[in-house]
Amino acid sequence: MDFGPAPEGDAPARAWLAKHGGVFRHYIGGEWVEPLSGERFESVDPSTGVSIGRVAQGSAADVDAAVRAARAAYPAWSALPGHARARHLYALARTVQKHSRFLAVLETLDNGKTIRETRDIDVPLVARHFYHHAGWAQLRDAEFPGYAPVGVIGQIIPWNFPLLMMAWKIAPALAAGNTVVLKPAEFTSLTAIAFAELAHEAGLPAGVLNIVTGDGSTGGALVEHGGVDKIAFTGSTEVGRQIRRATAGSGKRLSLELGGKSPFIVFDDADLDSVVEGVVDAIWFNQGQVCCAGSRLLVHEGIADALTAKLRARMEKLRVGAPLDKSMDIGAIVAPSQLERIQSLVKQGVSDGATMWQPSWACPTDGYFYPPTLFTGVSPSAMIAQTEIFGPVLVSMTFRTPSEAVALANNTPYGLAASVWTENINLALDIAPKIKAGVVWVNSSNLFDAAVGFGGYRESGFGREGGREGMYEYLHAPAIPTAESRAPSAHAKASAHASALTSLPGIDRTPKLFVGGKQTRPDGGGSRRIESASGALLGEVAEGNRKDIRNAVEAAHAAATWPRMSGHARAQVLYYIAENLAARTTEFAARIAQMTGGDGAREVEASLARLFTYAAWADKYDGAVHDPSIRGVALAMHEPIGVIGIAAPDDAPLLGFISLVAPAIAMGNTVVAIPSERASLAATDLYSVLETSDVPDGVVNVVTGAKAALALVLAEHDDVNAVWYHGSADGGAAVERASASNMKRTHVESAPLDWFHARAEGPVFLREATQVKNIWIPYGE
Amino acid sequence: MNRIPVEAHVPNGGTHDRALRLHDGAERNPGMELRAEEIASIRVNRSAVELRAATIPARRTVKKEYQAAWLLRAISCIDLTTLSGDDTPGTVERLCAKARRPLRDDLVSALGVRELDIKVGAVCVYHTFVTTAVRALEGSGIPVAAVSTGFPAGLSPMAQRVDEIRASVEAGAREIDIVITRAHVLLGHWDALYDEVRTFRDACGDAHMKAILATGELATLSNVARASRVAMMAGADFIKTSTGKDTANATLPVGLVMTRMIRAYEAETGYAVGLKPAGGIRSAKSALEWLIMIKEELGDRWLSPKLFRFGASGLLTDIERQLEHHVTGRYSAANRHPMV
Repeated sequence: MDFGPAPEGDAPARAWLAKHGGVFRHYIGGEWVEPLSGERFESVDPSTGVSIGRVAQGSAADVDAAVRAARAAYPAWSALPGHARARHLYALARTVQKHSRFLAVLETLDNGKTIRETRDIDVPLVARHFYHHAGWAQLRDAEFPGYAPVGVIGQIIPWNFPLLMMAWKIAPALAAGNTVVLKPAEFTSLTAIAFAELAHEAGLPAGVLNIVTGDGSTGGALVEHGGVDKIAFTGSTEVGRQIRRATAGSGKRLSLELGGKSPFIVFDDADLDSVVEGVVDAIWFNQGQVCCAGSRLLVHEGIADALTAKLRARMEKLRVGAPLDKSMDIGAIVAPSQLERIQSLVKQGVSDGATMWQPSWACPTDGYFYPPTLFTGVSPSAMIAQTEIFGPVLVSMTFRTPSEAVALANNTPYGLAASVWTENINLALDIAPKIKAGVVWVNSSNLFDAAVGFGGYRESGFGREGGREGMYEYLHAPAIPTAESRAPSAHAKASAHASALTSLPGIDRTPKLFVGGKQTRPDGGGSRRIESASGALLGEVAEGNRKDIRNAVEAAHAAATWPRMSGHARAQVLYYIAENLAARTTEFAARIAQMTGGDGAREVEASLARLFTYAAWADKYDGAVHDPSIRGVALAMHEPIGVIGIAAPDDAPLLGFISLVAPAIAMGNTVVAIPSERASLAATDLYSVLETSDVPDGVVNVVTGAKAALALVLAEHDDVNAVWYHGSADGGAAVERASASNMKRTHVESAPLDWFHARAEGPVFLREATQVKNIWIPYGE
Repeated sequence: MNRIPVEAHVPNGGTHDRALRLHDGAERNPGMELRAEEIASIRVNRSAVELRAATIPARRTVKKEYQAAWLLRAISCIDLTTLSGDDTPGTVERLCAKARRPLRDDLVSALGVRELDIKVGAVCVYHTFVTTAVRALEGSGIPVAAVSTGFPAGLSPMAQRVDEIRASVEAGAREIDIVITRAHVLLGHWDALYDEVRTFRDACGDAHMKAILATGELATLSNVARASRVAMMAGADFIKTSTGKDTANATLPVGLVMTRMIRAYEAETGYAVGLKPAGGIRSAKSALEWLIMIKEELGDRWLSPKLFRFGASGLLTDIERQLEHHVTGRYSAANRHPMV
């Protein structure tokens, strides 16, 4: 009773390859164009090692042509009514469905993944993504009033889900009204080309979607191109880092979906037979070449042996081989280089002393195949427990208690996804929020849906794909108007000395730093001058240095209760700050007027209103309950980012400071703030307000000093989760570049904003202060 | 047409299972003491089970001559069944004739499988027709199975239910399909369920007992798992999904849960218990899905009438049609494969 061969017919896909003579071109401005260099490279079927096509190598000139085409198409496309774009996206969804088998087979030929997956998972999800986003195109104006598309989007996608990642990229971009230049992965360009043909036939206007094929240098040219408004990238964390650095200071927006080493947590009350299938879908899906693969199995110690035995029995039944065979579980690894990487990491795991187990049967040898592999007895610090292997290799560890499971789960620089298996809903919903990951699957794994945002925490990147949260990645919020900078003029400075002579000597006040709820002297023991608008010395503030920043970050982390407090409780604190600030309105108003020459009373009033705004939001910035295509829900929770470094703007020293700190702490973040360099006294005066307002120690830390230098220390700090920088363009660029060390989120702004404007508050800021975690909860008894 | 890759039709062809070594594949499940606390702790995650059940048919398929071989095996696993209020000796005799020769003679020749002597696993009838069926099947080696114990609801007095088993065994039934009291499961009265099934098993004597759990009336998959476990502890030779007259028929998720309980029981005790899905399995395609699930979850040893049966009647017609298509390349019609 064997299964026998059951090959899916590949004739239509082969005919398509033959029709092209196996030679492919770029798709630019609605035309199929030769690569300017004339160079091509082979695209190989990884299950045989045989070339199935020669793909154009894109040069910087090709990229430039594509960006120009996208720019030319942008005005008309972005001006189309939402309904018209909806029709286009609907047509793309339909065309994918009409050609679903052809696309599935071509994907299997090009990538090596099984036809079962391309047919039942990839292609249906592609169609679903276009349908869902046809809806967002239709609803954009109603649901995102005042928002505008970003412009020309450069998109770079990986080889593990070529069609699906393409859909995840272009559907939201086009729905929002952007135009696109997409670079498929070098190993897997063919389905993007086939899709572009279908999109062309479906009437997608020329230049709206452009495909430039090529290798990493082509992607690099796209990243560097000045005509691109945003880069959306899915791929390795290492390349993500390069892109972050390369785009620093360019003003390009960025969303990055990077690597992972996702935990798969099994508690002792889980349905173990179902757990086994969950593991199969977690790590042996797509040969384990999945960024969100559940590659770290964390098992309660009491059931570890039982689960291991069940897993081994199941692994013995997995079938590896010809991916077009409908009865295969695991296809081919995409390329020899990837296969070698897997082999060498497994070798390393063995030599590090972990127990390696593989099924008794052998893999085919004529393509790039690797058997399912299970490591037990792995220590959390081992290389194979930390490194993303991107292959069918599972490492298993044990834990004793839920808190130990959480600690193990979070002991990674990544934070993409997690699975939690327990029949106890109390436990599941306690654990899910504690795991640093953008997606948590309860009693399930690798579920995807266009309605549910996907994306990571930490070094797994930022931005979301899918759902409402994904649409924001391709839209610009209504701009906050800029204000005239009130940098003191030379004339005012010249006359300053005279006025100083007329006043009595003041009583010396020495504002220190505010760290961990205490006023502390700066490590360096120095001070800096704060002058009035007319240049008179108003006081001196502490000159903070990198050690002060270090201490402040530690204090911010120590304020661990703050994110766990209810929104209502945080609102009470914000209201209390406002109350205590209001009592000192006159003093603050005078100080601001002295420092800036502006209307201090107006600024204090606006600051009080702003505190009220975020106190109001603290218990109202709700997440959402998504309706994915399963029996169950996905809870899109707005979680705080963690520790946020804030470099406040120079103008509006109180209002600017509060406009950034208040949304951050309202959402449960803790803050290390660098106040206005010129007018720090507005912030240092605030210490005593914070001290009397029940703000827990460490929630707000203030380090005065040289803004750009201190912000850079924050940006380089691997335990800071985000940096918001309002200051010089150079300082912002440096922050963005340095943020690549741990892929922290950044928001930089060099224009002086009108902080009094109504747009300078609200959900735009709250979105920056939160990240969306989607918790999938299938149910049914 | 390629040669059909069937092994000689010897059930229990496998040799590598632990249970086979322990019990030579023939020893009946003697049952074990009831461990009630263990029963209550059994948990089944419905969504995960349904996902697995939904993807089993998508992950494996059999084509061409392999499919023909699997379909022949499916035939040999059918409990050809008639349980209608209007059954007569005539309809039962006609069913028995079909049981002897489930495949049209020209198809047997064309498939080249005459030496396999394909016949169904059993004929399943009400007690009233056991004698008729036994006589009609004489010499065929096909056992007669009787539904019993107040089938389908199982709510007649206990003594009567036990007597019914004895009467059917006396009349020549070699297999008895008993029904459990669903209330015992719904109320968690595992000791009562255990005692009931144990009593039935004792009454069966040498006849093999299939315990019908009526899964469509057990409300949850966790209950299905618990009832499966108790029935096996009480000595069931087979656990069976449904009466065919319940509110819901045999489904793959239910079958998957029972399959996993059988696997666990075998791993623990070494005794292999059989599975019989019944009700609603009418197409060759769904029969293959069940066989694929059994192979994947339990192994080849269970792909045998000794450990796997379909409770069905119309299924045979569709399997014959598919086999005719395999032979001729044309789609067949039901009227070319008369059942009764």
